[in-house]
Amino acid sequence: MNSATTTTIASGRRAFDSRWIKLLIIWVALLTVPLWLPLLGGYTALAGRVLVLGLAAMSFNLLLGFTGVMSFGHAAYFGLGAYGAGLTLKFLVASTPLAMLMGTLLGGVAGAIVGLFIARRRGVYFAMATVAFGQIGFYIAYTWNDLTGGYDGLRGFEREPLSLGFTTLDITNNGTLFYYFLLFVFALAVAAQGLMLASPFGRTLLAIRENERRARFLGIPIERHIWLSFTISCFFTALAGSLYALLNNFADPMAMHYSLSGEIVIMAVMGGMRAFWGPLVGAAVFVVLQDYISSMTVNWMSFVGLIFVLVVLFFPRGILGMFQRRGAE
Amino acid sequence: MLQVVLFNVTNGLIIGAFYVLMALGLSLILNLSNVINFAHGNFLALGGYTAFILTPYIGFWGALLVSPLVTAVLGLIIERLMIRKVYNRDPVYSLLLTFGLAFIIQDVCRYVFGPNGLPLSVPDAMAAPLSSDLFFITWYRVFNVTVVIVAVAALFAFLHFTRVGVRIRAGTLDLETVAALGVNVRFLRSFNFGLGCMLAGLAGVLAGGQIGLNPNMGDDLLMPSFIAIIVGGVGSLTGTLIGGLLIGVAAALTTVVWPSGSEAVIYIIMAVVLIIRPRGLMGEEGMLT
Repeated sequence: MNSATTTTIASGRRAFDSRWIKLLIIWVALLTVPLWLPLLGGYTALAGRVLVLGLAAMSFNLLLGFTGVMSFGHAAYFGLGAYGAGLTLKFLVASTPLAMLMGTLLGGVAGAIVGLFIARRRGVYFAMATVAFGQIGFYIAYTWNDLTGGYDGLRGFEREPLSLGFTTLDITNNGTLFYYFLLFVFALAVAAQGLMLASPFGRTLLAIRENERRARFLGIPIERHIWLSFTISCFFTALAGSLYALLNNFADPMAMHYSLSGEIVIMAVMGGMRAFWGPLVGAAVFVVLQDYISSMTVNWMSFVGLIFVLVVLFFPRGILGMFQRRGAE
Repeated sequence: MLQVVLFNVTNGLIIGAFYVLMALGLSLILNLSNVINFAHGNFLALGGYTAFILTPYIGFWGALLVSPLVTAVLGLIIERLMIRKVYNRDPVYSLLLTFGLAFIIQDVCRYVFGPNGLPLSVPDAMAAPLSSDLFFITWYRVFNVTVVIVAVAALFAFLHFTRVGVRIRAGTLDLETVAALGVNVRFLRSFNFGLGCMLAGLAGVLAGGQIGLNPNMGDDLLMPSFIAIIVGGVGSLTGTLIGGLLIGVAAALTTVVWPSGSEAVIYIIMAVVLIIRPRGLMGEEGMLT
C-alpha cells in the first residue's frame, strides 16, 4: 500500500511539473510569435486567426471535452459575436471595447435562449438541434440585406485605436500591436476558463461528463448545469467572434454557417478534446494547413475533408491526447 | 389568389416530398446506427450525377431505376471502409467523419462535373403542364409526388413485412437484444445505410430533373431534413414523414404572405414543437433524448 501511495504522489508531482512546462512552452511560443513566424514564412494576421479560432475551439471544448455534450452549432454564436461587434462599430459607437462587449452579449444571450430549448436533449439529438438552431443566425445574416449586407457580408467598419487614458494604442494600423491585444484578451478569457474548470462548478461538469446518471443521483441539477455550461461556452465563443470581426474588419455569413461549426469541432478533436490546451494546438494545425492547402490548390475542400476523415480514423485522441496516453503508460 | 395559394400548396407538397425522401433516409441511419449522416445531401448529388451519366445510354426511365441502386452501392462501400469503424465510438466521431465525407464528395463532384449546373433531361411529355388553368403544374411534378408516395409506401411495407425490415425496426428499439437473438447486426447496419443512401439517390434523380444538377444541390435540403426529423420525433419514421410534409407546406404557404420568411417558419415550427412537445410529434418517450 505504501509503495502504491508513493507512486501516486510521484506521478502526481510529475504531472504537476509537466503541466508547468507545457504552460511555459505555450506562452513563450505565443509571446514570441512576431519574432519567429515571419522566419517560417507566416504572417502575423495568420497568428491572430489561430488565436481567435483557438479561443473559439477552447470555448467550444468546455462543452464537448469537459461537460460531455456535443454542440454542432457554435459557429452561430461566433458569427453573432462578429456581427454584433461589426454593427456596433458601424452604426453605434467607434469603440473597440464596446464593440467586443456588444458582440459577446449578442452571441451569449442568443446562446442562453437556445440553450433553454435544448438542455434536455442528449447525444446526437443535442447535436442535431444545435446545428438546426445555429442555421437561424446564418439565414438572418443572409437574408437581412439592409442591415447585414447579406451574402457579401458586413463591410465598412474598422477597429478603433485603444485609448488607455495615458496613452493610445494604435491597434488599427500596427499589426504586431493588435496581435498582442488579441493575445491579452485571449489570456484573460483562457484564465477565466481555467479557473471555472478548477472550481466546484467545473468539477461538477466533469462529473456529468463521466456519469450523468450517477451525478443525477447525487442531486445535481443536470439540465441547469448543462444549460449554464452551454451559455458560458457561447459567451466565450461570441467573444472570439467579436475578435474575428476586429481582425478582418469584416463579418460574413459564412462565419455563421455550420461548416465553421464543424471546423471548430475538428480543431478541438484534432488537438485533443480531453486536454485543456488541445483545441488551441488543433486550431494552430488546422488554420496553418488550411491556409497552406488553399494557397496550393482550388480543390482545398477535398483536403480539408480528408483531414476530418484521417483524424477520425487514425488520430481520434488528438495530438495532445497521444502525449497524455504516453504519459499515462 | 386561389391560383397563387394552389400554386404554393403544390409547390410545398413537392418540396415536402423531397424533404421526406431525404429525411427518411437520414432517419433510418440515425435510428439504427446513431449516426447523423452529414453527407446525405451529397449522396443525393451522387444519385443525380449518376443519372446524368446513365441517361444517354438507358434513358431517363432506366436511370431512375438504376441510379438509386448505384448510390446505394457507393454508400455501402463508404460504410464498409469508414463509417463502420466509428459505430461504437462517441457520436462526435461519426459526425466529423460524415462531415469530412460531405466536403470530399462535394469537391469531387465539382472537380469531375464542373461547378456550374448541368441539366438532367426528362421525357418531353413530362415537361408539359397539366392544363392551361393549371399551367404551373407540369406532369413531371405530379410524377415526382407519385414516385415519392410509391417509394415511401414501399419502404414502410418493406419495414413491416420482410424479415430484414422487421429486424431494422427491432434494432431501432433495442439493438443489443436484437444482436443477442443472433441477428447479424453488422449486416443489418450496412444494409440499412445502403437503404438510406438509395432514398437519397432517388431524390437526387427526381430533383435533378426539376432543378438541374450542381455539386451542392443537396445542401439546401439537409437542414430542413434535420428539422423534419426533430419535429416528427427522433425514432419514428412516421413522424419524419409528417414532419417533412408539414414544414414543406408551411414554408410554401408562408411564401404567399411573407416571401422572405419561408425559411424562418421552418425554424419557428421546430422551436414551438421543442417547447410544447420536446420529444417531437410522434417521438417515443426517452428515445435518444
